Amino acid sequence: MSNALDNSMLTLITFIPLAGAVLLMFFPRRDRDIRMFALVVSLLDFVLSLHLPVHFQRGQTGFQYETNQLWISNPNIHYHMGVDGVSMWLVVLTTFLTPLCVLISWKSIHERVKEFFILLLVLQTALIGVFVALDLFLFYFFWEATLIPMALLIGIYGHGRRVYAAVKFFLYTMVASMFMLAAILWLYAKTGTFDFVSIQSAIRNGQVENFSGAALWLFLGFFIAFAVKVPVFPFHTWLPDAHVEAPTAGSVLLAGVLLKMGTYGMLRFDLGLFPEQSVSNASWIMVLALIGIVYGALVAMVQPNMKKLIAYSSISHLGFVVLGIFSFTQAGLDGATYVMLAHGVSTGALFMLAGILYERRHTYEIAEFGGLATPMPVYATFFLFIVLASVGLPLLNGFIGEFLVLSGAFRDRAVYGIVGATGVIWSACYLLWMYQRVFYGKVTHEVNLALPDLSGRERAALWPPAVAALVMGVAPLLWLNAIDPAVQTALAPFAQLASKMVGR
Amino acid sequence: MNSTTDLTQVVPQAADYIRILPEIVLAIFGMIVMVLDPVMDERSSQKILGVLALVGSLAALIATLFQAQYPGLGFWNMVQVDSFSLFFHFLVAAVTTVVILTSYEYMAVQGIRAGEYYALVLFGALGMSLMSSAVELVLIFIALEISSISTYILAGFRRRAAISSESSVKYFLLGSFATAFFLYGVALMFGATGSTSITVIGDALRSGQIPILAYVGVALIFVGLGFKVAAAPFHVWTPDVYEGAPAPVVGFMSTAPKAAAFAVLLRIMFEADAPGRVWLIWVAAALSMTLGNVGALVQNNVKRLLAYSSIAHAGYLLVAFAALPNNGIPAAMFYLASYAAMNVGAFAVISHISGAGERYVTLEDYEGLGRRSPLLAAMLTIFLLSLIGIPITGGFFAKFYVFSAALQANLVGLVIIGVLNSAVASYYYLRLIVVMYMREAREDVPLPRIPLGLGAALAISLAATIYLGVLPGRVLDYAARTAAEWAH
Repeated sequence: MSNALDNSMLTLITFIPLAGAVLLMFFPRRDRDIRMFALVVSLLDFVLSLHLPVHFQRGQTGFQYETNQLWISNPNIHYHMGVDGVSMWLVVLTTFLTPLCVLISWKSIHERVKEFFILLLVLQTALIGVFVALDLFLFYFFWEATLIPMALLIGIYGHGRRVYAAVKFFLYTMVASMFMLAAILWLYAKTGTFDFVSIQSAIRNGQVENFSGAALWLFLGFFIAFAVKVPVFPFHTWLPDAHVEAPTAGSVLLAGVLLKMGTYGMLRFDLGLFPEQSVSNASWIMVLALIGIVYGALVAMVQPNMKKLIAYSSISHLGFVVLGIFSFTQAGLDGATYVMLAHGVSTGALFMLAGILYERRHTYEIAEFGGLATPMPVYATFFLFIVLASVGLPLLNGFIGEFLVLSGAFRDRAVYGIVGATGVIWSACYLLWMYQRVFYGKVTHEVNLALPDLSGRERAALWPPAVAALVMGVAPLLWLNAIDPAVQTALAPFAQLASKMVGR
Repeated sequence: MNSTTDLTQVVPQAADYIRILPEIVLAIFGMIVMVLDPVMDERSSQKILGVLALVGSLAALIATLFQAQYPGLGFWNMVQVDSFSLFFHFLVAAVTTVVILTSYEYMAVQGIRAGEYYALVLFGALGMSLMSSAVELVLIFIALEISSISTYILAGFRRRAAISSESSVKYFLLGSFATAFFLYGVALMFGATGSTSITVIGDALRSGQIPILAYVGVALIFVGLGFKVAAAPFHVWTPDVYEGAPAPVVGFMSTAPKAAAFAVLLRIMFEADAPGRVWLIWVAAALSMTLGNVGALVQNNVKRLLAYSSIAHAGYLLVAFAALPNNGIPAAMFYLASYAAMNVGAFAVISHISGAGERYVTLEDYEGLGRRSPLLAAMLTIFLLSLIGIPITGGFFAKFYVFSAALQANLVGLVIIGVLNSAVASYYYLRLIVVMYMREAREDVPLPRIPLGLGAALAISLAATIYLGVLPGRVLDYAARTAAEWAH
């Protein structure tokens, strides 16, 4: 693993979208060319990112495709990137969703097209950067850098209350990440490095002075930044607003990738740096996760707005991820990672489907529809397929992850598993009920009779997630064999912790 | 270093002149501009004198680089060329260059006869340069007056606007008070230590008992300089003056004289080891940050908003003064450089947008700027993000160094106040960004094209802001050399 291409692979994947965005700035304002170029850039990035799983050494633990160079000597910041099985798939998820976002925005964005695609590509760079950064400073930078393009996407291209939603989104996450910054700076002050691996080993070897006193606060500092992002109940209120107001592509990336930054952060940094604090705080976090699962589902059930329904379903699904992570079991963490990927694919697709409907009718109100299966049969089929994937039908992607999470949660404490399992039932209720109201029966509004079915471009955007949902459901090992070693590494300190506690 | 031969006691040597070479260059060009002004008609004076002033400031930059080869004391230990003064010479000359570039368009649009304007900018720069290299309190006072008087007049340069005259008079009256305080402080320091030379004062204060007079002297000097840098509680003039003064001048006033006054403060606080430093600074820093940010929250005029923001930034800067010298000095110097880059840039954008008679300076006038001029909006956004302190802009590392220096001096309370303040501050900067991108313009005011001079000014500020954010190492290392030179 030392040839030049492998070393620069992550850099390429991260910065190609940014380079594309810079080139776009100099493009003449011919919207067609701009869209085409954005599509080409994002597809190129996707193809490149496939290099990662293809050449990934599955049996190995630790980070791969690493590159580590001194960037700034004071403060001691390194340009340190690398992926393990978890972050690699999240990178691929990001590059997978971005071309779809470009396709789905083809017609719906017709003003300020250039800026839109510039923002989208910049956002992609920042998102990938978050997953590959192994230097805490670099991580923080990319973390904050996702905020600005996302807030602008919501605030400029969103719907009615877009400014409110954008500002709320920005302030929530910005204020929360201040706590993380404080924790990062504390660690830097004590260890003299921002390097994740070095800090981790310094903590494990007990070389950080005053660590035991500060550890709880550090854990919480990181946790709150991630919890707002996920979002964990009760920090979730920004999410429905942001989703409802965001343009479709914004929602796809928001649900598909941005929320995973939070759960990824918990896995990598909270568990990775503060195992003891993670264990001692797990009980209340698990309870919050369960509340999120049930509460998100119940609120989703009563939503009259399709997009808000999907947004609340995200809160519920992400609850599973948190539940799995803080169960500290192999199955739980494997499942949590798998739910992240599966949710990215299927909820991304759900938002695209909702967006397609919005383009035709300019509303998300479920009551405005009914009997859509008649005028739009292909659309209805895609929708059903994705809904089934999302509710966790066996052989589709949602099932594997939720099953693993629940079995992990059961192993941790039976009641967590039982309450969590109800979440699966709830999700079937609200999604299928929504499906019934929108698609079955007679056409209730006459305008809907004339709705055109999917265009070729829209089909092109929906086939990939549908296929992915199926393959992920049938052959989960393709993904899990890379995730497994990464999870094992993450869990290694917990086995020692458990034996220490038993010994007590 | 000390020249003790007989002749040099009475006659300045060539080396002495080199030690004030940038000041000489600035003075010559300033006088040329002033002499040529009356003999030229208005149209050609705009152009020719402006270009002449630009050449002058660039020549001062080159003179600074030349001067760097000859460090040492000059003019009977009154001025000193060291890495510290070179740093500030460079900074002042660079800011002056950018401000002159910004002024071309502004002056033409406002219809102000510009000749003496450029002369005053150059004279002001002279004073500021001298402030950073003078190591003798009386000379510092003279330099301070040169710089201040130029800026008093510059503040009132929009002669037809009453608000500009108000700004000028207010600034003059309060500023004179402040310099009087400074002078009084100098006198007391002389009484306490028997010298006005900073090094001698420092030696006297370090050896033996510190007389009570010295405390009072330091406090009075701090009052005078605190006024110049717009630190609370001496900040009250700032919003009014910034609102009234011409936009490029505000860009100038909020950076170059501020940097020079901070340079003086650095010398007095650290090189002279001023007694009672920490608590004095602590209070002023906490007050400035808080009052500045809270005040900015409710502003509707962009210039006033940035005035309050500059008060807050003076507060962040002061935090570095409460830290230990070896990391406080470089942190403060880095902060000044990056603040100059981003603030001059922001005011360049504001000057362009303000239009004839500075009609467009409220938040509403920035509505829809993202659509009307994507380039300007993007640049202003970057400057504002830097003012917030978002990574890969100079503003981030500026705050980072200041706060980490303070943490190393165990000023946890001050750092907490500072971090909370930066969180508050992000709100009002963001408000401007939100307005630019997320609201539609109410009336479609066409924006003039960006002329060459302004474009260059923006490019320089932008490049500096990003450079300091991506590769802060070189500037910081250079600043750290000063701390090493001053180490006792």
